[in-house]
Parts: sequence; structure tokens; C-alpha cells
Amino acid sequence: MKNPSLKLYAVAYLIFLYAPIALLPLFAFNDSKVIAFPLAGFTTNWFAEMWADQQLFKAFGNSLLIAVCASLLATTLGIFAARASTRYKFPGKAGILGLIMLPMVLPEMIVSMALLVVLIAIGVPLSIFTIILGHVLICTPFAVAILTSAFQSLDRSLEEAAYDLGETAASTFRLIILPLVMPGIISSLLICFTISLDEFIIAYFLGGNQTVLSVYIFGQFRFPAKVPAVMALGFVLVCISICLLTIAEYFRRRGIARTGGKDTGGFL
Amino acid sequence: MNRGSSSGRFRNTEAANGLMMVSPTAIYAVLLLAAPLIAVVLYSLMVDSKVGLSAGLTFDNYITVWTGRIDQALMLRSLTVSAMVTLVTVALAYPVAYFVSFHVRPERKSMWIFLITIPFWTSYLIRVFLWKVILGYNGVINSGLMSLGIIDEPLTVINYSLGSMIMTLAHAYAAFAILPIFVSLEKIDRSFLEAGQDLGESKLMTFFRVTLPLSMPGVIAAVLIVFIPTIGDYVTPELIGGGKLPMIANRIEAIMLKQNDKALGSAIAMTAMLIVAAVAVVFLLLNRRFLKGQSK
Amino acid sequence: MTFSAEKTNMIEFRDVHKYYGDYHALRGINATIKAGEFFSLLGPSGCGKTTLLRTIAGFEDISSGAVLIDGKDMANVPANIRPTNMVFQSYAIFPHLTVEENVGFGLRKDPRSKDEKARAVAEALEMVGLKGYGKRAAHALSGGQRQRVALARALILKPKVLLLDEPLSALDKKMREQMQVELIKLQRQVGITFILVTHDQEEALVMSDRIAVMFEGQIAQLADPETLYRRPASKKVADFIGTMNFLPAQVISDSGATVEIDAAGFGRMSLSPDQVMRGDSEGGPTIGLRPETLTILFDGQTASDREVFGTVEEVVYYGDMTYYDVSLPGAPEPMRLSMRNVPGRPVLDRGAQARLGWSPGAVVLFR
Repeated sequence: MKNPSLKLYAVAYLIFLYAPIALLPLFAFNDSKVIAFPLAGFTTNWFAEMWADQQLFKAFGNSLLIAVCASLLATTLGIFAARASTRYKFPGKAGILGLIMLPMVLPEMIVSMALLVVLIAIGVPLSIFTIILGHVLICTPFAVAILTSAFQSLDRSLEEAAYDLGETAASTFRLIILPLVMPGIISSLLICFTISLDEFIIAYFLGGNQTVLSVYIFGQFRFPAKVPAVMALGFVLVCISICLLTIAEYFRRRGIARTGGKDTGGFL
Repeated sequence: MNRGSSSGRFRNTEAANGLMMVSPTAIYAVLLLAAPLIAVVLYSLMVDSKVGLSAGLTFDNYITVWTGRIDQALMLRSLTVSAMVTLVTVALAYPVAYFVSFHVRPERKSMWIFLITIPFWTSYLIRVFLWKVILGYNGVINSGLMSLGIIDEPLTVINYSLGSMIMTLAHAYAAFAILPIFVSLEKIDRSFLEAGQDLGESKLMTFFRVTLPLSMPGVIAAVLIVFIPTIGDYVTPELIGGGKLPMIANRIEAIMLKQNDKALGSAIAMTAMLIVAAVAVVFLLLNRRFLKGQSK
Repeated sequence: MTFSAEKTNMIEFRDVHKYYGDYHALRGINATIKAGEFFSLLGPSGCGKTTLLRTIAGFEDISSGAVLIDGKDMANVPANIRPTNMVFQSYAIFPHLTVEENVGFGLRKDPRSKDEKARAVAEALEMVGLKGYGKRAAHALSGGQRQRVALARALILKPKVLLLDEPLSALDKKMREQMQVELIKLQRQVGITFILVTHDQEEALVMSDRIAVMFEGQIAQLADPETLYRRPASKKVADFIGTMNFLPAQVISDSGATVEIDAAGFGRMSLSPDQVMRGDSEGGPTIGLRPETLTILFDGQTASDREVFGTVEEVVYYGDMTYYDVSLPGAPEPMRLSMRNVPGRPVLDRGAQARLGWSPGAVVLFR
């Protein structure tokens, strides 16, 4: 079908996808307190305002801390599960993996409420720690998916060859397996980091008094005066996300090139 | 021939190694997911009053939920919104997935997929915020149309309505829909299509008789991947709906936290999960002929 | 078990059985492989040859019986300690390392100095014809080059046995033939036992000192190539190795020292005991004749032994050979025979009458 209308449709679709985000740079630099047309002129005031907001920085710091911890933990758990899933047969495998991947198909609200209920019942105070617990729970399925794909593309005879040449299971993992799945590990870290940074529901309900970035943004919705500053913040966040994603994609492609595999076009 | 003690043999078997390897993740999931979910089930069968939870198991909460007019309306609204969002999202996504799979050169495909998924990875809150700004009373659409002279008064139909919620959610979950359809389209052996045309079919016929049925597993996956999170969405109804059009998630928050009735809240949550699961199962059963003979 | 004065038994299989769940993969393997032999395990897919190879390497456990390497029982000896090294079907070259890092991988715990190890790596590379390739990235090599790296990587550790799992199946025909010769030379040079798994009977015949033909988890025949070819132990082996013409026959008398038979198309003949394969009675007594043991006699030529007349059904020209299908009166199927295309030799047409020369000494009887 050399019909150009399909391509037109696809491009229009992409424009529709990006349109809201494209508003960010437009209005982040717009010299007006109201997000409306016509545009009023260029200013960087909103960025200055955002920069000066102490609460924002505190929230951002919390978000970073949580994201780093959550991505490290989730990736580690993901390595165990992905390795078990691709390499071993064991009883109850489908059920165990199903449970691990379950958060992907459950609405976040239900996961948060369930966790909240139990945490309150046990008497655990809500804090950054509880947010990390929740984030690890929802990030691990993504880590497992990415790492399973990385482990699967490992030729099983590479491990056997290492054994055959005298290595132990541990040294084989260190010298052969780890380097070859490293791109997958980095991808997983970046993806989990991004998910945790943007996540709202768990941070809102399990955070107690601690603010994180997403909760802070949510709070700003009530103040019309703050809207342009939020645009500025949004612009910065989107830029960071795009950067991280580009890095993750670079590593994904490099991993494929290194082991000579095929590009199936995407993480999942 | 003695090949070692039986416990020694077990330690070294594949099953033991596999279980050990998966245990950290599995234990985490059991403690933080399975246990809380079981707790929710138990809570839903209890009664939460001002003095605390009662010990006996009862279905009272479920009866309240199923007969309550508010809850019924809410469930219906959530189902309707999700169904609409799913329909719109999947229908609009399919041509894009088809385009990238069939009309894009292989080396460009991952670039397209990358571009399509970028918006999905940016902050969901920011995106909802942007839609609020776009659809608001003094928002981008209204001010833009007014400054162009197309309308005199701001449109009210686009803010705080079901339509605007559906629009926001459809935008948010677009990438979720495109990817599974794309993956299943990629799996289709191109020689099937050539064989069809070789036998005299038109391109349209080939699409309906070969491509579409073979891509159904991807479509089914897309439907489920969009429907299930959408029905449980909290942020969009809260912000775009203006609090006047709550869905299940908002209701659960209201009951669990504001009314502090954990038992009833749990019952609502369980009911919602059961209804969603039922819808998903019915959907899968209706489409099972597309799933036969497919290996994941 | 045969008693051999000159060579020791490097590998011994004693009643080896292996089950995968309910599936009986190895059904009582008994065999010995001598030190310094080039030995092949030959058979169709699923016959168990790779499984058997892996039990030597230690990648598969056995359910019962024993596997001995150089006299030592390998039960509970893990793969990374066994005195064997393997060249895998996919070569298993570590893609993130260079060629010399691959070859030197097994020397990691070796106490020698870095220089000595580097020299050993260079020698190994030279031995497989990859001199100077040391710094190349492993994932950038061709299939044939990867195989040589795999060989060097295995041989540098001086194992007692080198195991090769279908090493040539991924190569194109020319490369394969070249590597066959190189492997033979290599084995002679290094002097250790090579055990090769293959489904290609030509390959096995060309390279091996002895071959074990396997079907469905059992060894059907273990012998040197010539014996396998001229005296196959069963119809299945005969059919698997090369081409064989089969014809029904009747046994007229069997005195033990001589067997008189009457074969369809060929008539009566006397066979000596080594031509009779007992135990393969399915389908009744059958004789087998290889295509090259039948000759077309042209005008003026006399048969060196016996003659029979037939009609040419089909002629297939192959470049260096011409294959004829000749039907004989009384024979249910045409006989396939091959003639070298010598310059000046005529080629018969379809439908022509042919005079075939043959000898009872080339016949094998299965009963």
C-alpha cells in the first residue's frame, strides 16, 4: 500500500501525542500568568520562581532518593527473578512469576490501599521508607520484563563453555553473564528510576508527611498563580525523562550489537 | 550405584537452584502484595465501626456496595469511561501500529517506536495537568479559538466532562495500545500476505481475512492493557473531572481514608477487582478462537 | 569389552541409561573409546548421540550405569573438573572478549606467568591457523573463524579428550570439507582422543578411526568405517550409511560355514559367515548390495564374476558419476548403481538393455 494517507495519519497521531507536551516550552517561557493564547512574550521568570522554591527542592530531593533506592532494589530483585525464570525449571514457577508480575495488571489504587491497610495495621509509620517499599513493588515487574529479555538472549552454551573451561557458577556469573546482561541492567535501572520519579498514587497515600515531587505538583494544581511555574517545572522534568530514555535506548541497542542479536524494536 | 545422599542431591537439582534464585523476589512479592491483598479480602468481610473492626465474618459490606445507588452509578460510570477510552485508544492505535510494522523500513522501526513511547515515560501528572490547561475554561483551546475569532464565548462542554476525561485518558494510554498490536503484527509471516495476493485477493481482503485475525492476540492484549489501569485511575477523574465525576479509585479513597471505613473500602476494592476480572475473562472467552495456536 | 594391548581405554560406558522424566534417552550404552582415537557418534536427530557426548563432558547426569574417563568413574565429578573440553555446536565464543581473551579464558587460574600464558595463546592460535588474530573482537568473526577459536580455546588446556558437538553443521559445503581435513590433521598433531558427534555419515566416514552408529538411544553398530560400510550389522545401519539396494531373498540352506540363498533378480549364491548379519529379521531375509559393486558391462567386456540382465529405467548424470536405475526380472524394485564417468565410456539410454556384472562376495544378508 503506497497510500500516503496512512503515513499522514501516523504523523498526525504523533503530533497529537506530543501536542500537550509541546505546550510546555511554549508557556514555560511565556510572559503571562495565565495559560492562554495569544502569547505574551518571552521570560525566564517562571524558571527563577521555580528555582527559588525551597519546598520544591526538598520534594525533588526526596523523589531522587526514593527513585535511586527503588531502582536499585527493583533491578536487583529483577535479576534474581529473570535469571530463575530463564534458566531453571522449578515447581510453581508460573504461579510465582505471576505473583511477581501481578502489580502490572492491578490498578495502582488497589495496590496502594492494600499496602496502606497492612502498614497501618502493623503500625509502621508512613515515610519515605514506605514509599520506597511501594515503588519497588510496582517497578519490579518492569525490571523482570527487561531483564528476562536480556537473559533470554544469552546463549546457554556460553555458560556451559565457561564451566567446561574450569569456572565455577559464581565466577561464570561474574565474568560471562553479568557483562553480557549489563545493558539490560542499565536499562532496567533507568526505567525503574523514571517510573519511580513520576509515580503519584503510592507517593501520595503512603508518604505520610513527606512530600515528593509528584505530590508537590499535585498540590500546586489548586493555585492558579503557580501554574506557569509548574509549566517550567514540567518542562525540566520532560527534558530529564527524554534524556534518561535516550540513554536507556542507546544501551539497549549497544547490548544487541555486542551480542549480535536482532532488534525487535522496544523494551517489552 | 550411590550418587550421594538424597538431600545432597536435592540441593544440587535444578528445582532447588531455581527456587533459591527466585526467592528474594518471590518473598518480597508475598510479603508486600499477596499478604496485603489477603488482608484486604479479610477486611472486606469484617465490619468497621467507630470502635474498630469486629471479629465475625460477614458479607454486609458487599451487600451495601451492590445495593448502594452511589456505588452502582460509580461502577457504571467507571466501566463506561474505561470502555470508551479502550475503544477509542485501541481503534486509533491500530492504524499507527500497522503503519510502523508494514510501511516503515526495518532500520527505522525502533526509532518510530521510541518516538511513540517517549510521551508515555514523561510524568503522567504533568500530562494530566496539561490537558487541564488545554481544556480549561480559560484554557488553551478556548483562548485560542476566541483570539482567532471562531467563538465568542468559551466552550464549557470541554471542561469537567466525561468527554474530557476520556480524551485525557486516551492520550495517556495511547502507547500502551500501540505496542502490543505492533508486536503481534511484526510476528505475522509476510509470506502469508503474499500468498493471499498471489491467489487473487485484493489488499483490503488480505487485511480483513489474514492480517486482522492474526493480529488479534495483540489487539486483545492492548484492550486489557488499557482497560484495566484506566478503570482504576485516580488522578484524571480527580483533576479533569473536577471532583464531580468520581470513579472507583476516588470512591475507594473517600471511603477508606476520609470516612475511615477500611472494611467497606476493602469491599469496594474487591468488588471492583472482581468486576474487572469478570469483564476481562468474558472478553478473553469471546475471543478465544484468536488465541488458540499462538505461542507467546 | 575388547582387550587391547597397544592402546588404553580412554572412555568407557558401562550399561549407561538416562531418563528425562519418562523419556528413555539412553538405553544401555556399552562401549569403549581408545586413547588417541578419532571417534564419531553418528545417528539421526534425537538418537541420543549429543546426550551421550554431554554425559562425558558432565553436562548431563546419567540415571544408572557408569561413565569412566581414563579409568576413573565420573560419578559426582562436576563438568568443570573433568579432563575433557568441548567445542559446542554454536561455538559459544564469548562475544564481549577478544580472540586471545577467549582462547586464554581457561588459563585464568593457571599459575604460569602472564608472558608464558600469552605465548601459549599465540601457539594455540597458530595451530588452528589464526595467527595474528589475537586482538580481534570475537563477535566480528566468521563462522569458520569462530570454530577455530573454539578449538584453540579447548586445546590450549591440553585435555585428555576433546568433544566436538556437530562442529561442522553450521558451515557451508566447501568450508566443511576444508575443516574436515584440518580436524584430521589437528588430531594427529595433538595426539589426543577426539570424539565427534554428527548426523552426516560422509563426515563420519571421512574423519573417524571408529564410528558408533546410534538409533533411538542404543548403539546399533560400533566399528571402523570400512566395516560399517561393507558389513553393516542391520538394514537400518546399511540404509543410514551410504546407499544400499535391498532385495528379498530365500534361505535354502544354512550350515553355519556356508549359507545358500536365492535372491530376487540375482539368483542363487553361496555366502560366507561374515556376510550374514543375524538378528535383523524384520521383513524377512533381505540382501543388500552397494551401488558401486554393480558394473555395467559394455560390448566386448566380460564379467569378472557373474552377470545378470536388466532394463535401464532412469539415468542421472552427476558430473563425476552417472547413476543408473536398472530393473531386473524378478526384483520388486530397480537397482541403483553408479558408474564413474571415464572419458570415452558410453552412457546408456533409458529403456536400453543392460548387462550387469556383480559378485556374491559383495552381498550382505540380513536375517
